[in-house]
Amino acid sequence: MARFLARRLAQGVVIVWLVATATFALLHLAPGDPVSASLDNPLTPPEVRAHWRHTYGLDRPLGVQYVRYLAGVAHGDFGFSVPHRESVAAVLAEAVPNTLLLMGAALFAAFAVGMAIGIAQARRRGALDRGLGFATLLVYSVPEFWLALMMMLVFAYRLRLFPVTGMFDPVMHPYFGFWGRLRDVGWHLALPATTLALLGAAVVARFQRAAMLDVAHQDFIRTARAKGVPERGIVLRHQWRNALLPVITLLGLALPALLGGAVFVEKIFAWPGMGLLTVDAIGTRDYPLVTGSVIVGSALVVAGSLLADLLYAAADPRMRES
Amino acid sequence: MHLVAWGVYVVITIAAWRALAHLAAPRGMAADTPRDPWSALFARLWEQRDGRMAIGVLIALIGLAALAPWLAPYSPIAQPDIVALHNLPPSLAHPFGTDFASRDVLSRVMYGARVSLPVALLAVVVSTTVGTLYGAIAGFAGGRADAIMMRVIDAALAIPRLLLLIAILVLWGAVGVPALILLLGLTGWFAVSRLVRAEVLALRDRDMVVAARALGARNSAIIRRHILPNVLSPVIVAATLGVANVILIEAGLSYLGIGVRPPAASWGNIIQDGADQIGTLWWVSLFPGAAIVITVAAFNVVGDRLRDALDPRQLDGS
Repeated sequence: MARFLARRLAQGVVIVWLVATATFALLHLAPGDPVSASLDNPLTPPEVRAHWRHTYGLDRPLGVQYVRYLAGVAHGDFGFSVPHRESVAAVLAEAVPNTLLLMGAALFAAFAVGMAIGIAQARRRGALDRGLGFATLLVYSVPEFWLALMMMLVFAYRLRLFPVTGMFDPVMHPYFGFWGRLRDVGWHLALPATTLALLGAAVVARFQRAAMLDVAHQDFIRTARAKGVPERGIVLRHQWRNALLPVITLLGLALPALLGGAVFVEKIFAWPGMGLLTVDAIGTRDYPLVTGSVIVGSALVVAGSLLADLLYAAADPRMRES
Repeated sequence: MHLVAWGVYVVITIAAWRALAHLAAPRGMAADTPRDPWSALFARLWEQRDGRMAIGVLIALIGLAALAPWLAPYSPIAQPDIVALHNLPPSLAHPFGTDFASRDVLSRVMYGARVSLPVALLAVVVSTTVGTLYGAIAGFAGGRADAIMMRVIDAALAIPRLLLLIAILVLWGAVGVPALILLLGLTGWFAVSRLVRAEVLALRDRDMVVAARALGARNSAIIRRHILPNVLSPVIVAATLGVANVILIEAGLSYLGIGVRPPAASWGNIIQDGADQIGTLWWVSLFPGAAIVITVAAFNVVGDRLRDALDPRQLDGS
């Protein structure tokens, strides 16, 4: 078990290294140098440009730059964000917890709802199965950003149930007590988290249904039925517990897509997380911030799939043995 | 001009797959393999009602896209009266309304299909070709080369595709549609290569391959006659589901303003035109989004049904 973990951890480090190398290569293959974005004005005198190139070390040989860049990444130094007037690490440190809150809430709801739908579909084949199957297929085919816009249109603009954007009330938040603030954030969290959760639930439901049906014809189910175990017990204790493993692997696999979805959802609901930062950094051509969030995003995905592996090991006794 | 280019895209795509299917079809065999894999799969798809519906939807979409210059009521980029005709809600004259620049949204959605569909189809042709080659080489080579090639795939699959594409497109600035297609294709072949490698590994030591080798067949002949035909079916399924996925990704990138760039209409950037005022101008974003959902759902249904047809295990249950 410890060896398995160590190997997965080493793999994770290699992946983050590959991503960092790829972004470095992209930065240097791209037309123009990273400084020119902030010095786009053609009237900038060449001496000033040379000064900044020297300050950022861009006049050094490429190999030296690469080593310095990697060393920086290893220390959590992704460079300086000019539009934010702060180091990229500091900007990201503020945003990452907000993204984790959004994704955590969405993941929890997605798995709870998705599993329930999948089990219900597998138990009652027929009209219910077909109806839910059609619904999950449609949700599965919806672009995240469009679903976010439609949720906003219906629940924020038309029904006025939830706030349109933001993470808390811009005026009242500082005056709330602890519970008041919690409620405020939860109220703002509802729409973005529901959007992400709906998309996730559709994926989980499709997986859970297939896994339940795979197990349904196995011998131990027939044995349980022959023993006279009540139907509820068969489904929950025998069928579902065995159909849980593929869904846990999905947890690790779904993270990259979920993070991608969070980019759009954060942008549309102005949720101050990594996704919003990244999209805004596109607009300001803030190269260090874009590459920094790509690297941190991949690191988050790697950490998440490591967590999924641990969960898998906890759920599958065969894994614990080896 | 556009129509010609678009027609060429579609013909090349279909022809490429048909050619591959023919190339891969076992030749000179007995009559018990009556059809090439392509038509056999299509027949299975046609047996199911939702499969037929999805095919119908896709044919209708392709027709609408191809005939857009004749069917669309207005030009997709003309701005007839930016004061009197902008931001009109849906009406008989403009069934999907007009946008901030007085352009007809229905016409833009129809022309958008001429961008979004071929981009996705061609990107998947690229990713499927690269993925099939890579996977076949890894599976056929085996040993250390295979192990190294697959570790690379593991790493690549852990990178969030959307973040990577965002990074590339931002750093490269404005890229044209052909470059966008290449980028979408080259970031999407990892899963395909894994699938193909698994199939090739399973096939490599089958009796027919061993027999062919014993008879002195060359590797290229073995790949062409024994490996490819058996790998083709799962690859077609993966490609179909891949098209659905790429349509969503391209729409997202265009929505962010770094995919297909205005004034060309793609479904993603039409949605963007209405996004900032979704509370009032809902029609600008609603209709292109609905077009995406219908198209992607149709591709997903086709992919799902083809997969069911290939996996006999699932037949008894459903």
